[in-house]
Amino acid sequence: MGARTWLGEWPMFRQATGSDPLGRGSAVQSPRTQALGPRTSDADEVVKSVCPYCAVGCGQNVYVRDGRVTQIEGDPDSPVSRGRLCPKGSASTSLVTSPSRVTTVRYRRPYGTEWEDLDLDTALDMIADRVIDARRKGWQDTDEEGRVLRRTLGFSSLGGATLDNEENYLIKKLFMALGAIQVENQARI
Amino acid sequence: MAEAHPVGFQWVMEAKARGAKIIHVDPRFTRTSAVADLHVPFRAGADIAFLGGLINYVLTEGEDFREYVTTFTNAADLVGEDFVDTEDMAGIFSGYNADTGRYDPISWQLEGVEYEAPAAGMRDHWEADLREQADGSGQSDEGRQREHHAAMASDTGGGAGDAAHATSTPQRDETLQHPRCVYQVLKRHYSRYTPEAVSRVCGMGVEEFLQVARAITENSGRERTTAWVYSVGWTHHSVGAQYIRGAAILQTLLGNMGRPGGGILALRGHASIQGSTDIPTLYDLLPGYIPMPNAHLHDDLRSFLDADAAKTGFWGNMDTYMVSLLKAWWGDAATPENDFAFDYLPRLTGDHGTYGIVRDQIDRKTYGYFVVGENPAVGHANGKMQRLGLANLEWLVVRDMQMIETATFWKDGPEIETEELRTEDIGTEVFFLPCANHTEKAGTFTNTQRLLQWRREAAHPPGDARSELHFYFHLGKKIREKLAGSTDERDRPLLDLTWDYPTFGVHEEPDPESVLGEINGYDADGNPLSSYTQLKADGSTTAGCWIYTGVYKDGVNQADRRKPGSEQDWVAAEWGWAWPANRRTLYNRASADAEGRPWSERKALVWWDAENDTWTGHDIPDFEATKPPSYVPAEGATRQDALAGTDAFIMQTDGKAWLYAPAGLADGPMPTHYEPVESPVANLLHEQQDNPALERIDRAWNRINPSQSEVYPYAFLTYRLTEHHTAGGMSRFLGYLSELQPEFFCEVSPALAAERNLEHLGWATLISARTAIEARVLVTERMKPLRIGDQTVHQIGLPYHWGSNGLSTGDPANDLLGVVMDPNVHIQESKVATCDIQPGRRPRGPALLDFVESYRRKAGVEPGGNT
Repeated sequence: MGARTWLGEWPMFRQATGSDPLGRGSAVQSPRTQALGPRTSDADEVVKSVCPYCAVGCGQNVYVRDGRVTQIEGDPDSPVSRGRLCPKGSASTSLVTSPSRVTTVRYRRPYGTEWEDLDLDTALDMIADRVIDARRKGWQDTDEEGRVLRRTLGFSSLGGATLDNEENYLIKKLFMALGAIQVENQARI
Repeated sequence: MAEAHPVGFQWVMEAKARGAKIIHVDPRFTRTSAVADLHVPFRAGADIAFLGGLINYVLTEGEDFREYVTTFTNAADLVGEDFVDTEDMAGIFSGYNADTGRYDPISWQLEGVEYEAPAAGMRDHWEADLREQADGSGQSDEGRQREHHAAMASDTGGGAGDAAHATSTPQRDETLQHPRCVYQVLKRHYSRYTPEAVSRVCGMGVEEFLQVARAITENSGRERTTAWVYSVGWTHHSVGAQYIRGAAILQTLLGNMGRPGGGILALRGHASIQGSTDIPTLYDLLPGYIPMPNAHLHDDLRSFLDADAAKTGFWGNMDTYMVSLLKAWWGDAATPENDFAFDYLPRLTGDHGTYGIVRDQIDRKTYGYFVVGENPAVGHANGKMQRLGLANLEWLVVRDMQMIETATFWKDGPEIETEELRTEDIGTEVFFLPCANHTEKAGTFTNTQRLLQWRREAAHPPGDARSELHFYFHLGKKIREKLAGSTDERDRPLLDLTWDYPTFGVHEEPDPESVLGEINGYDADGNPLSSYTQLKADGSTTAGCWIYTGVYKDGVNQADRRKPGSEQDWVAAEWGWAWPANRRTLYNRASADAEGRPWSERKALVWWDAENDTWTGHDIPDFEATKPPSYVPAEGATRQDALAGTDAFIMQTDGKAWLYAPAGLADGPMPTHYEPVESPVANLLHEQQDNPALERIDRAWNRINPSQSEVYPYAFLTYRLTEHHTAGGMSRFLGYLSELQPEFFCEVSPALAAERNLEHLGWATLISARTAIEARVLVTERMKPLRIGDQTVHQIGLPYHWGSNGLSTGDPANDLLGVVMDPNVHIQESKVATCDIQPGRRPRGPALLDFVESYRRKAGVEPGGNT
């Protein structure tokens, strides 16, 4: 590299002589920063979504590369939000990619002092057994006056406000068929 | 709103840029206040005094929108002679039973109307009352008994029964002069809510109040409309439902309902909390606000419909909604011969709301618990009560993305620290199942304006993470397999259930669009329905949630419509889909006058097009398209045919907006100011201190601070920060958000800081009859001491997001709260309570229990404990 080239590359020189006298653009770029691009530019696809936090329902564009979410931005098309996101919505990439996210089943046996591992199918099978058992123990055919109750008070469910309509629908439908009336969510709170 | 719903707030700022005046009424000065034209500091829990003051101002100044009021409301109806107002009964309405703490609403009826339907909450109690009556000696007047039974037999649940059973037309005085007409009754009821009284109760200046009163009346009428925006600051009270009623009365008097720029807008705090109310994971409702059947009132489908379906208005079609739901769930097994499997539904016998469930968990009356996407150990009032419930279960399933406090209570909960519980003694078996997030599954959220928006799937969930759709579908499948072949009658609903969704992928994920299709509903030939008006009661149609019928019109996912807002008009009707029928403003018939002409060109929304004999406009009319304004129902007409061309409020039996609610509420036909249960002051408006019909749970783990206690002298309120979300499960575990708001704090005024020697950025301990928690101190002018009567009231602000897990940790504010509830909806009073505050950190370990007990003793409160 000749002295002339070196001088020409010097940011101060470029700032003084070039088109960026305030040193906020091209004058301060290095080959490395020149090569940088936004995470969104090399996405394989952009998937339309909705922010998962409050109930305003801001539109989100989810950028995906190699099957992984790489960035989430506001969706300018949305007449609700016009591309804006609040601090929480803007942080939702980290919600998806959080290093503390738990991705395996954890199991604590009665009176246990530590978490243990458990296979997902085994867990589902154990839960199904417990539902059947609790349903039986809490079953009420009729009240003391003989009126039909056809229900169980053996178990209950809490949650739904953060879930999809389709999910709430399956929960309510399944619980009604099981006779389990104790279904509640954040809307009561 | 600027802090908790910032992106929605851009529209408030747009309105301001166009000349709208923004008024913020809040105990705290927030970022909303900073950009408002006027911030009115205010005492938490005094809202009905404030709203009542505005109603009084409108009525005494004659500022109501008279033509709107006479056209669309029940102002002219006469109230029956038996009704006695709070004015004449020391703050209690007629019909109150001091022994049961409940109202009998029969004396609240309108003259000439036999009976109307009470509220869900009331029915929970009344069935017990009814049985007492039946068992007791009160059988002499059989006619009256029947009338009572009918009045009590109905249910709103927020829906159907709200206006059920106006079997005859009430007497009216169109001049509004009759002393018993609703208009005059209302005027008398609020006459003591003068500007001076409001000032004394709420702690705002008389001139400040009048500024608000003038602003809203000047900004309402033909040419202008005013909107009210609220959140849980209105619902989390022992009189919460009546807060909303107060706003409804005011907005109806001013002609601000069903019109652009008007309304009472609830800002809800979870992505689909509206959806989870519409398709309710709630005990008292079936999809589309159909009430759950009650064991003591509903033997069969006919008695259910008789009791709960209105005869007139669109709830008159509840038979079609209900039968279509039963057909969606039980398919071919639901036949006319078996009442469409109505008997497959379990029955309620009372309040099965979440606090009752947790009480039963502590008492070991219920054994298992699914917690999905919620964190009650931090996010619900009285955290100890929640955790004691968890500790007394046989098994607990938690489905979340992060290891939230609800899943780890047995290991590191506050009760482990105080040695009230020992890990080795807790028998609860805990399954933590990781879940998919919003980018890893497709489906709809319903936002706070009833808009369904579809999310597409962007990536597969990692590891064992699955959607709830996957979990519940496969759990249901597994249980059905295990019970296959059972001859037990109780298993029939499960085995006959339509539970056969197509799946895709290696994990056999159910197709969410097939579920959306079922929610929408189909005709007898399997074609998707396009409107709930197509539903039939003969079993030929299905619909999983009738108000959502149309979302899958033409087999097209209407919630996935994404025509850019920039290419549409201001209604943006082609973005997503709003229930019902893609109408964006409910009751918008009221945006036009009796003849169907817009009240003004400026405020035109929908109108009658006489040339084409149809309603038309910018929005989809919330009215039968071809019913002319001149339509008068024939004698004996039923369903919507019974509503006139001017009856804009089509879900009501009389088609009117109710200024006075003769039925539907458990605590009075008109909102009345009662103090919060834990209040630093006496009720300055009425002798009755607090809501006489509120609900309590009297247990050692739920001790309540005495009202006006010197031991717990300060009011506190809980709220959200921009940077965190509810109980923190989706924010405290994230780096950016935890950096932005790293620590739990309490906001106190400089005056309170001086009174209690609190140091800015130092520590403070807050104490209630439940527990003591510690927080960093933020001394700020944003909190203003208020003058209430001759007392100074200090208020303390507490963001409630923290718990022991995650990147940013702190004591849960909700642990400070006890549980008392509104009798209509069983929602807790968590937006105001009392406490003491002292400098320094709280005691650790068992010493904390002694510390809290010493306060209870001083205050004369019974000892606390775990039973």
